[in-house]
Amino acid sequence: MGEETGQEMSDEVERVRRPEGQWASPVESLHVHESVEGADPTTVEGRRISGPLQGFGRLWQKTYRVRLEGAEVTPEQVIAAWKADYGSFWPATSRFCAPFSGVTPGEVALISDRAPGGLRLSTGVLVLYADEVSFTFLCPEGHPFAGMITFSAQHDEDDVTVAQVQAIIRAQDPLVELTMPFYTQRQEDKVWQHVLTALAAHFGGADAQVSTDAVCVDSKRQWQRFGNVRHNAGLYALTRAFRRRRS
Amino acid sequence: MTESTLQIGVRESVPGVAVIDINGDITPTVEESLMEAYRECEHARMVVLNFERLEYLNSGGIGLLVTLLVRAQRHQQQLHAYGLSDHYRQIFEVTRLDDVIAIHDDEAGALSAAGGDHHG
Repeated sequence: MGEETGQEMSDEVERVRRPEGQWASPVESLHVHESVEGADPTTVEGRRISGPLQGFGRLWQKTYRVRLEGAEVTPEQVIAAWKADYGSFWPATSRFCAPFSGVTPGEVALISDRAPGGLRLSTGVLVLYADEVSFTFLCPEGHPFAGMITFSAQHDEDDVTVAQVQAIIRAQDPLVELTMPFYTQRQEDKVWQHVLTALAAHFGGADAQVSTDAVCVDSKRQWQRFGNVRHNAGLYALTRAFRRRRS
Repeated sequence: MTESTLQIGVRESVPGVAVIDINGDITPTVEESLMEAYRECEHARMVVLNFERLEYLNSGGIGLLVTLLVRAQRHQQQLHAYGLSDHYRQIFEVTRLDDVIAIHDDEAGALSAAGGDHHG
């Protein structure tokens, strides 16, 4: 065995401390790859990214956590499994249509969601970032939320692996903001609580408890973003249903 | 859990302009020190983030910067940044952070673009 130089050891420490991350390249607008099937790309194709600073409503940081107690699994294994079959952890009312290459930075995934009144709402996300212990999605214009959602796993102080979803989001437009207190917030909570429960079950935790923590980071509405409503995916679904009935 | 690897300093470059010197990594583990540094700048009319010694930024770190930017907006402060590598400039672009924070090559550029008097 050859001796490791100080630089090699330093590089190794660096690699362990800092998993290799990848970022999406800047894009003017989103393009849905042909291999993404199962949802309508109309409300995503050509749209711009809409981060936490581009939305209308109050800014929330919502954190959902589940401890994978009893599971002999590393954070890296949790994230690998989560990325590999991301859509399978979602509730039955929603569908995540991953691109062929999976959860890879720069890829666009489509989401199809059942909304009240039997409407089917189609939107999507851009995979912004991925490393061995986390990955992040950014919302496009038209999505109910403007913001980013990071999925991660790490050991807690008791050395139990914890899976986490952290959303930094605000309602994309005034219509969504109106529905936040009585519908949209609750739906958001239900989705991520379901996802983490399903993830824990995947690793053998049948009755895992998901903790939910919500902090209002900015209580002000961004009225200059009022016009975001023109991209609202719900309005698009409604007008499409109306046109179909008339024809 | 990873340890915090951020050294952070706050200085008043010219009256009313606070510069936050970032040296190390911006990840969720440094939230407390970053926000503490920002609290020292709350009375400045302009905040400049110096990223010349930024070593690493992950998506959790972007979330922290978003929180910091929102706080600055709430205090009606101008926000500027300099010293970002091409890689991190691209990340500011893809996340659209550059919509709300002006990016410059160096401190003199940040100060002059903001209308601040730069006395070297």
